[in-house]
Amino acid sequence: MYRIVHKEVLTPVTKLFVIEAPEVARKAQAGQFVMVRVHEKGERIPLTIADYDRQAGTITLIAQEVGKTTHMLGSMAVGESLASFTGPLGRPTEIASYGTVALVGGGLGIAAIYPICRALREAGNEVIGIIGARNADLLFWEDKMRTVTDELIVCTDDGSYARKAVVTVPLKELLDAGRPIRRIWGIGPAIMMKFVSLTSQPYGVPTIVSLNSIMVDGTGMCGACRVSVGGRTQFACVDGPEFDGHQVDWDLLLTRQRIYVDLEKQAMEAYVAAVASQHA
Amino acid sequence: MAEARKGARGRQEMPRQDARVRIHNFNEVALGYPLKVAIEEANRCIQCKNPQCVTGCPVGVRIPEFIKALREGDLWNAVFLLKDKNSLPAICGRVCPQETQCEERCVLGRRGEPVAIGRLERFVADWERAQGMRTPERAAPVGKRIAVVGSGPAGLTLAGDMAKKGYEVEVLESLHVPGGVLVYGIPEFRLPKEIVSAEINYLRSLGVTIRTNVVVGKLYTLRELVAQYDAVFLGTGAGLPILMNIPGENLNGVYSANELLTRVNLMKAYLFPEWDTPIKVGERVAVVGAGNVAMDAARCSLRLGAKEVHIVYRRSREEAPARAEELHHAEEEGILFDYLTNPIEIYGDEKGWVRGMRCIRMALGEPDASGRPRPIPIEGSEFDMAVDTVVMALGTRPNPLVFSDAPELLRTRHGTVVANPANGRTRMKRVWAGGDIVTGAATVISAMGAGRIAANDMDAYLSNGCPEPWWDETQSSS
Ligand SMILES: Cc1cc2nc3c(=O)[nH]c(=O)nc-3n(C[C@H](O)[C@H](O)[C@H](O)COP(=O)(O)OP(=O)(O)OC[C@H]3O[C@@H](n4cnc5c(N)ncnc54)[C@H](O)[C@@H]3O)c2cc1C
Ligand code: FES
Repeated sequence: MYRIVHKEVLTPVTKLFVIEAPEVARKAQAGQFVMVRVHEKGERIPLTIADYDRQAGTITLIAQEVGKTTHMLGSMAVGESLASFTGPLGRPTEIASYGTVALVGGGLGIAAIYPICRALREAGNEVIGIIGARNADLLFWEDKMRTVTDELIVCTDDGSYARKAVVTVPLKELLDAGRPIRRIWGIGPAIMMKFVSLTSQPYGVPTIVSLNSIMVDGTGMCGACRVSVGGRTQFACVDGPEFDGHQVDWDLLLTRQRIYVDLEKQAMEAYVAAVASQHA
Repeated sequence: MAEARKGARGRQEMPRQDARVRIHNFNEVALGYPLKVAIEEANRCIQCKNPQCVTGCPVGVRIPEFIKALREGDLWNAVFLLKDKNSLPAICGRVCPQETQCEERCVLGRRGEPVAIGRLERFVADWERAQGMRTPERAAPVGKRIAVVGSGPAGLTLAGDMAKKGYEVEVLESLHVPGGVLVYGIPEFRLPKEIVSAEINYLRSLGVTIRTNVVVGKLYTLRELVAQYDAVFLGTGAGLPILMNIPGENLNGVYSANELLTRVNLMKAYLFPEWDTPIKVGERVAVVGAGNVAMDAARCSLRLGAKEVHIVYRRSREEAPARAEELHHAEEEGILFDYLTNPIEIYGDEKGWVRGMRCIRMALGEPDASGRPRPIPIEGSEFDMAVDTVVMALGTRPNPLVFSDAPELLRTRHGTVVANPANGRTRMKRVWAGGDIVTGAATVISAMGAGRIAANDMDAYLSNGCPEPWWDETQSSS
C-alpha cells in the first residue's frame, strides 16, 4: 500500500512523488492534505495534496528536503512504499465563481496552489498566478501552472530567473493597477503568507492562506497545530488549513513553528552521520 | 521488590519497580503476582453465596467462580470463566478503577482489605498470554458485513463478539496503530503495548480485518458506510482535548495532555532520536487536572527528565477522579500535588516560551451538578508558579470529524451521541454506538461493556430480519 509509482526531481531539494492511494484520490479536493509516515519509527508529517488523479488512483505530493523526514522521503525510490498515508484531511478550498482571482505561490506553495488554480478555473474564474522562489533552483512547475492560469507572473528573489522580485511586488502592482481581483490565495512559507496578507489588507481583498503549523495526528485530537485567527484558537488540521490571512496571528504561528528546531537539527545531524557511515 | 506481606486481613502486595528506579524508565511499574502469591490471595475470597463484587462490575465478570478455579489450580477454567464476560482481562486487570467497582463491594473490605480482584484478573490473563496463541472458535459465516469505526476497547469488543458469531468484520481506525486510548493515551509503564497488540492479533486470528489510516468523515462518510455494510458501530471515543481558554495557552511549552501522551506513547518520543518524533518537556512541569490522564501526563513528564512535576487541581484529593493506584504511584514517585488550586493565566518570556503560571486558591462549596463540591476562588489568593511546561488534562469530548454528512445522528449539547443504553442504537438506522463517544470520557470497562451490549443487539437485529421499529421511544432513556 501507498506505493511510489513515479518520482521526479523538480529541483535539487524538491522531489515529486506520485503515490498509489485510490481511495484517497477518489475523495481528495484542492486545499486538502495528507499525513505521511515515511518509515516505521517515523514521525507523522502533513504534506499538501499537489494533485490527484481519480482515474489512475494516485495522489501527487511534493516535498522539500529540510529535515530528517523529508530527506528520507526524498531518498525513496519508485516501487518503495510509505509506512502510512492518511487523508484527505482538512477542509477543502471554497471553490466558487468569484470573477478574477489571484493565487500567489511561494516555493513549495506552488504545489499547493496548482490544484486550487485548476479548480477555480474550472469554476469559471479568471485566474492570475504569481509564483516565486528564492532562486531559479527552487522554482518548479512553471509549465504546469501556465495550463491552469490565464496569466502567470514568475519571479525569483535574486533575479536568477525571470523577474527579480518577491511575490508581493507584482501582487501590489496588480492591485494598484485596479485589476478587479475578488479574492487572493497566498500559500508558501509563513513569512511570505504574512506579507501577502499585509499587502492585500489595505485593498480590502479577502485573502486566504494555508497554515503550515506543526501537526501530530492531523485529525483534531492533539492541538499541536493550534493557531490564533481573529483572536480565537483554531486547530489548523480540522478548522483549516485555509484561513482568512488578515485575521491570523502570524507571530504566534512563526513562534510555534520553531518549538522543535533544535531537536530537528539533532535528528538531522544523526541521520546525516548514519548515512555517511553507511557509505564509508 | 515485594513488600512485607500483611496479616490475614491484608491483601497480598503486588511487586512493583522501586519508585527511585522507575522514574527513569518506561517499563511497567506493577509487576504482577507470582503464582504462589496469586493463589494465596485467591484463598482470601470467602466465596459469598450472594457475591456483591459481581454487581459492582460493569460487565458482571464471574468473579468468585474464576477465583475458585484459580485457587484450585485449574487455570484454564479460570481463564474461561473470566473471559466469559470480559474479552480484555489483561487490560482491565491493569486499568480498571477496581476500588470503586468490584473491590468496593467485597465484603472483606468492611473490616479489612477487599480481595485484590483486579490483580487476580491480571494474573489469570497474563498466565493465559504466556501459554501462547489460542486457537479461537468461529461460527459458520453468516454472510453479513459489519463496519466498526474506531479501535478502542468498545470497537475491539464488538468486533471480537461479532466475528465469533460469524460476521465479516472490518475495523476502520484513523491512526496508524489500532487500540485507541490503550495505545495513544495510556503509557507503556502502566499498560505495555505488547498486551494490546496481542489482543489485536487475537482479533485478526478471528478473521477481523483492521484497516488503519482510515478517517471516517473524510475518507468515507457514515452515510457511505451505512450503504455498504449491513451494520455500523461507532466507537470513536472522546478524543478532542478541552482547553481552559485562559491567556497564554498557546505559548510554546503548553500541551494538551493528548498531544504529550500521543507523542510519547504512540510516536515513542521517549526513544527520540532513535524514533523521529520529538517532545520537549522542561524542568518544572504543571499538569492541570487530577484524572488518570493527568497522572499519566505527570508521570511521563517525570520519566522524560523533569525535575519537578506538579498536579494542579481545583478540588481536593478526595474528589480526584484518578484510580487510587495511580494517585498512590504518582505520590510515591514524588509528584507534587497542589490541590484547591486553579490556573488563571500562563505567562511567557520574550521568545514565546512558558515562564510561569498564575494560579488562584480555591475553597470547596456546596455540591454542584456533578455531585462534587463546587470549587470557589478565594479572592486575593493569586500566586505565581515558576514552570516552563504546562499540560492541560481537563478532559475530552467526542471528535466531530466522524459526524460529517450524518445530520440524523442525534447528539447532545456536549457533543456525545444519543444512544439507547439498553442496546446501543443511535437515531440513525443500522448505526450503533458505544464507549466514550456516548458517555463522554469514561472507562475502558464501560466502553467494553457498551461494545458487548451493542454486539448482542446487532446480532439479534440482523438475524431477525431487521424488525421495526428501529427506535422505541418507550424503551430508551437518554
Ligand atoms: C491517558 C488516559 C488514561 C486513561 N486511563 C484509564 C484507566 O486507567 N482506566 C480506565 O478504565 N480508563 C482509562 N481511560 C479512559 C479509557 O481509556 C476510555 O474510556 C476508553 O478507552 C474509551 O474507549 P472507546 O473504545 O470508547 O474509545 P477510544 O479508546 O478513545 O478509541 C477510539 C478510537 O477511534 C479512533 N477514531 C476517532 N475518530 C475516528 C474517525 N473519524 N475514523 C476512524 N477512527 C476514529 C481513534 O483514533 C481511537 O483509536 C484513560 C484515558 C486516557 C486518555
Ligand atoms: S494536528 Fe493534532 S489536532 Fe491538529
